[in-house]
Amino acid sequence: MSRVAVLKGGRSLERQVSLRSGARVQDALERLGHEVAAVDAGIDLIERLREADPGVAFVAMHGRDGEDGTIQELLEILGIPYTGSGVLACIRAMDKVLAKHLMLEDGIPTPAFFAFNETAFRELGAADALHAIEERLDFPIVVKPAGQGSALGIKFARTAADVPGALVAAFSYDDKVLLERHVAGRDLAVSILDGEPLPIVEAVPQSDDFYDFESRYEIGRTSFVCPAELADPVAERAHDLALRTYRLLGCYGFARVDLMLDSEGELYVLEANPIPGLTETSLLPQAAEAAGIGFDDLVGRILELAFERAPA
Amino acid sequence: MTVGSLGPHDDRPPPWRAPAPGRERIVVSISRDIERYAGLFASRTKVMTSSAMRDLMAITARPEVISLAGGLPDTSTFPPETFAAVAQRIAAESCAKALQYGPTEGLPETKECIAAVMEAEGMRADPEDVVVTTGGQQVIDLVAKTLIDPGDVVIAEGPTYPGAVPTFSAYQAEVVQIDMDADGMKVDLLEEELARLDREGRRPKFIYTVPSFQNPAGVTLSAPRRKRLVEVAHERELLVLEDNPYGLLRYEGEPLPPLYALDGGVYVMYLGTFSKILSPGIRLGWVVAPPPVLEKINLGKQAADLCTSTLSQLMVQAYFEQGRWRDYVDSLTEIYRARRDTMLDALADHFPRQAEWTRPGGGLFIWATLPDFIDTTDLLARALRDNVAFVPGEAAYLDGRGRSSMRLNFSGCGEEGIREGIRRIGEVVTEQVKLYGTLTGEERRREPVAGRQEEGGAEVVRMPSRAERARRATP
Repeated sequence: MSRVAVLKGGRSLERQVSLRSGARVQDALERLGHEVAAVDAGIDLIERLREADPGVAFVAMHGRDGEDGTIQELLEILGIPYTGSGVLACIRAMDKVLAKHLMLEDGIPTPAFFAFNETAFRELGAADALHAIEERLDFPIVVKPAGQGSALGIKFARTAADVPGALVAAFSYDDKVLLERHVAGRDLAVSILDGEPLPIVEAVPQSDDFYDFESRYEIGRTSFVCPAELADPVAERAHDLALRTYRLLGCYGFARVDLMLDSEGELYVLEANPIPGLTETSLLPQAAEAAGIGFDDLVGRILELAFERAPA
Repeated sequence: MTVGSLGPHDDRPPPWRAPAPGRERIVVSISRDIERYAGLFASRTKVMTSSAMRDLMAITARPEVISLAGGLPDTSTFPPETFAAVAQRIAAESCAKALQYGPTEGLPETKECIAAVMEAEGMRADPEDVVVTTGGQQVIDLVAKTLIDPGDVVIAEGPTYPGAVPTFSAYQAEVVQIDMDADGMKVDLLEEELARLDREGRRPKFIYTVPSFQNPAGVTLSAPRRKRLVEVAHERELLVLEDNPYGLLRYEGEPLPPLYALDGGVYVMYLGTFSKILSPGIRLGWVVAPPPVLEKINLGKQAADLCTSTLSQLMVQAYFEQGRWRDYVDSLTEIYRARRDTMLDALADHFPRQAEWTRPGGGLFIWATLPDFIDTTDLLARALRDNVAFVPGEAAYLDGRGRSSMRLNFSGCGEEGIREGIRRIGEVVTEQVKLYGTLTGEERRREPVAGRQEEGGAEVVRMPSRAERARRATP
């Protein structure tokens, strides 16, 4: 049995979710017989990790710092093995713009998009190109911060008049934003564990408000169906696309890939999350459960994989 | 020292918790867990959901954040020697009593202190009509519990006290929010709304209002509107819940009569609290209501917590017997007045001219409204990157309005923090206004306009209307 440092919290906007994920992971690791220390990642992170000298770190952080390669880089420097994807995969996945460019290059379908830094608008007059962008994408357009992991800051622009406000909102979260063609349809999540896709989860919003993103991941406002009711070829293709995305980005251990299925039966990959939520309502644990893998087994497997990866 | 903490404090759990010997692996089924509990939840919990905004608010508690988000009085101003004397006296004279249960309605000696506080604002209440509660918040809960059936209408101000929102939601009230201006709730709009409800055959259960230095808007209901509101209550036989935590924290002008004084306790239920004039930590508030309502409230309280803390009640009594409670309130008034002035100055210096804010004559809050293309929940995420926080306006509405407004607190933070906090918020707002101008092309088209600077301090509470919201850029 090992000494495991569970890294959670941090300064990201998803701090609350991360604290819940971390708490569940801690409980599971204790049940599995490990010595567990919880670390709320803050200014004294390195000092604490050095003093604790854990055999392995379980990264249960979401969003900025935890999911963008920062924590992984620090763990590499300290020589502490850690769970999940490495630095490069985190950088690729967390930056939606980079991830989507890689997908395009690899022929993985992803909704058409354009992305800009704030400076492009401030200094290069990119606003003058908005009209052309709008024509190319058609309304409604989804406006997203490039590096935000949750639904925060994602806005729908129904008309051209909505675009500037949506951009201002998205720039609240990141210096880079993307404008993306909206794919209407079914919201699918494919979780991957150790290179194997798990049963697909479909998020079905209860709310009639089609655009109500916030409601999507709240108990009682969205129901989750797992396995999603899909024709076999569709499920197979979703699995295949998710796995291709996972490999393309270089993910390791586990990840969740989000897709949309439109009314024509076409699938589009929206993004990959290198450290998806591990709370009661999170999709990856639900998918694992549907595959007969209990939460403790899931956590145990993710930890084993950290050791299997060649040390840095 | 080892790893293992939830925060910077030293009360950490033991760092390396090994499992008890012999404990076997238990496979936990999560989704089944969710379903099991979800099946048990009462239907009213459906409306008690978490939200992105609440997750954001949780980050505002980090130590490096200048928080103008709280509603905290500055308890560091309370003299520790007074606290010691009060505690000493209770230990010497009424130790056993302080440690014991008390009557549900509260101790008679506490009710004398309550009478003194109410008298300071020109009210007289029969001690028989008073129930001492666990903070003012419990009054809102007990009144709602007593009066609201699912679907019942409650009238509130728009914006309303954010802490009342989850209470009304939990009892499944339909809350109708009446717009305000610098003179508080627009009572003419209230009358229109009551007439409309009448036509639908619906009758509100009560009107919830914070007439003085309203939370969050900072505005005060004018004397004529107070009079009219009480008349409306009498004409229509409607109960009013007057929430008055800040009445004694007046920084200028003459006191206005509370609704309770105007009405004589017929239709107005009165909510008072020691939180802002002494301490929120002692959790001591009270309600004055007509006897039949009070009887139900008393039963509700019995079910909720049997009685209010006896220790807290005796502390208030011992403190009031020293006879200097007004001096302490006066000292708070001095401090908060200076902080309010600091915040108003900082707003004028750092907020762009497109912003508006209220100029409260008392209380703890300023309500600022930005151009409608700025969503203050998103803005909070941006502001947190600069370590400063406020309450997004949508927290004060149940219908999604308030998205371009924010509540700013000036009591919980020193003058330097207020100046720096407002400077940082002003900077991100200015940045966003400029960005929007760039995106719409206005920035390049607009000629510089001279002499428009003084618009900022207008005494207007501009509450975005439903129509505006529908026009707004984003959902």
